Amino acid sequence: MKFSHPQIAVHKPIPAPQEDEYPVRAWGVEEHGGTFKELTIYRHEVGDHDVKFDMEYCGICHSDVHNVCNEMSEVRGSMYPIVPGHELVGRVVEVGDKVTRVKVGDNIGVGCIRDSCLDCEVCDNGDECYCLKGFTHTYNTLKRKDYCHIGGNPEVQNWGGYSEFDVVHERFVIKIPNGMPLEVAGPILCAGITMWSPLNHWGATNTDKKLSIGIVGIGGLGTMGIKLAAALGHRVVAISSSDKKRDLAKSRGAEGYVVSKDPDSVATERGKLDLILNTVSAHHSLAPYIAMLKNDGTLVQMGCIAAPMQYTQMMLCLRRISIAGSLIGGIQATQEVMDFCHKKEIYPDIEVVGAGDLERVYTELQDNNSGAIRYVLDIKMSLAANK
Amino acid sequence: MSLPFKNPEVFISAPIPPCQDDEYEELALGVANMGENFSKITINRPKVGDYDVKFQVKYCGICHTDIHLVCNEAARTMYPIVPGHELVGVVTGIGDKVTKVGVGSQVALGYYMDSCMECDMCDSSEENYCMKGDTHTFNAKKVHGHIGGNQETQTFGGFSKSMVVHERFIIKLPDNAPLAESAPLVCAGITMWDPLRYWGAIKGGKKMKVGIVGIGGVGTMGIKLAAALGHEVVAISRSAKKKDIAKEKGAHHYIDTSSTDSVKEHNNSMDLIMNTVSASHSIQTYLGLLRTNGTLVQLGAVVSPIDFKNIYLIMQRKSIAGSYVGGIKSTQECVDFCIAKNVYPDIEVVDASRLDEVYNTLASNSSSGVRYVLDIEASL
Repeated sequence: MKFSHPQIAVHKPIPAPQEDEYPVRAWGVEEHGGTFKELTIYRHEVGDHDVKFDMEYCGICHSDVHNVCNEMSEVRGSMYPIVPGHELVGRVVEVGDKVTRVKVGDNIGVGCIRDSCLDCEVCDNGDECYCLKGFTHTYNTLKRKDYCHIGGNPEVQNWGGYSEFDVVHERFVIKIPNGMPLEVAGPILCAGITMWSPLNHWGATNTDKKLSIGIVGIGGLGTMGIKLAAALGHRVVAISSSDKKRDLAKSRGAEGYVVSKDPDSVATERGKLDLILNTVSAHHSLAPYIAMLKNDGTLVQMGCIAAPMQYTQMMLCLRRISIAGSLIGGIQATQEVMDFCHKKEIYPDIEVVGAGDLERVYTELQDNNSGAIRYVLDIKMSLAANK
Repeated sequence: MSLPFKNPEVFISAPIPPCQDDEYEELALGVANMGENFSKITINRPKVGDYDVKFQVKYCGICHTDIHLVCNEAARTMYPIVPGHELVGVVTGIGDKVTKVGVGSQVALGYYMDSCMECDMCDSSEENYCMKGDTHTFNAKKVHGHIGGNQETQTFGGFSKSMVVHERFIIKLPDNAPLAESAPLVCAGITMWDPLRYWGAIKGGKKMKVGIVGIGGVGTMGIKLAAALGHEVVAISRSAKKKDIAKEKGAHHYIDTSSTDSVKEHNNSMDLIMNTVSASHSIQTYLGLLRTNGTLVQLGAVVSPIDFKNIYLIMQRKSIAGSYVGGIKSTQECVDFCIAKNVYPDIEVVDASRLDEVYNTLASNSSSGVRYVLDIEASL
């Protein structure tokens, strides 16, 4: 794996456990430039509102690579040791006295949100990912001083899902429907909600109208988006920079396919799309997408691209076009997409791997992020392999 | 004093053809060719057709967009050009099928004078967003068939003694409306009103925090409108120079973007920001001022590409949108509101002798928040 920006990496060795903490087996990278290995971390005892769960699987997301390899210089340097994973799936083993949402034995998941202030109007509205104080990401973050629903040592970084157990405030727990295979649930907590949330916010999840929806970037996020939008009854147009993803896109439910670098191809959908979800994480021109939007259409940007994007004013003004951003989604919406996926049997295309495969998988994701497969770490298998 | 022309190699120039039988000659003020100053020009206007309204133009507002076009900034100007898209005057003749107004009515006309009248946008009275392209009041080709006269010549705007237009595009003014002050309502006014309407600031009752960037003629109109609608208004400018003007027009707060403290005070707080600036500039600061789900509405006719970073939109689900004037229904509502509530732009009436000077003033972005209005009667 290639690491970046060594000068901003932060080293915070794990201190001795507090009284309310106990050891947990986990996989992570100990220092900037290191390799994946098994580590011992500490998690806290169950508090009144907490849910402790036994980990079965944890999805692997390209964001994990950005975090582990310190690629987010726009935001901050990563803290090492780092235990990634924000697509946690497991079974409840203990609940706090005030927990009402789940009980021991339930299958649950936790996504990208470990905590938020739970007090602002945005949290109240179910948009915890946009919490006005800033939500707390599942890992590679510190417990906040201005709000905190996480127990344990307040100075230690949060540990992600590549671990034996986790303990999370019930507010951030997603119930996995009975009968849903656990290994596919993980990516729904990240890729699923990332595509569902803008579909929801821009009116595509609750309407009888058949919309025309463009999905740019036919990777893990994009294929999830195609499946969701098609299952919602819309006409989906897959948009890619070459012809290579045509078969894949069509097989996942796309009715149309546009090669964005081919002006004739773009012309076939000119002015026809109500909404475009752009998952591409490399810098590129937005002009073809804006041309394909209808009047009043929205282009939703989701890729965390460091370099500035461009648009021209008249493209927006003369047709009242919007360019917006979207980031994962709130807890209620995550529950909705989980339930929807189960009901419609929409599952991500996955490949289950063990902890020994992590180096290879991360290197692959770094070299080529265009695959449609979501990797999922089999925690039980990994624990057994290393005994 | 010459005008600040651009792109001297790329423009169109064609003499006005002879007056046809279905036209009449009219006196106008325009720029006959690239590089010239304003002069009197004879143009041809269509004779009144069944649905047409002919009116004597008394005043015509001057807008920065006129300068962009007269000076060929987008390299698509057709000379001779007669600008002006904020016309006000008195009806002197109507076609047999006209029902909207009668002879003697006070009327106004804004940025567009035709549309297809058939698409979804036209059907919902958003003619400005006509899917086949609205026809601008000047420097435009006639394509929809509702403008008479020579179909090959470009449209000529309001710097002219009379205008003839399909009644659909006429804005009615009450008999006692002050004409010179009303002219800018059909461009500066509607440019700010329509995004306020579309993004929920007119009906709905919720008090919003609205930012206005660019404290010129359009910006000050926006401050007055947003304040009259009951919102908390923040004027945003790149120095401290416009603070007094902004406060005087009704802004509750003022941000000088050259001062980080000034910006910091209002970060993450605004529901809607309307950006009137038409010169190339960075929008990053404005994105920071928006709160969750907020929208930055870009209004200025900026030609060069604008940068933004995805992360500023992604983290709080913010949007950058564009807006362009408003439909006839919305324009009429805006004008009715302004006249009822006495919300007018601060104007300075000028005659033709000052045109070159005013154009240079606006081109150098040094407007004092005043909207200039050309006195047509005095000039022609």
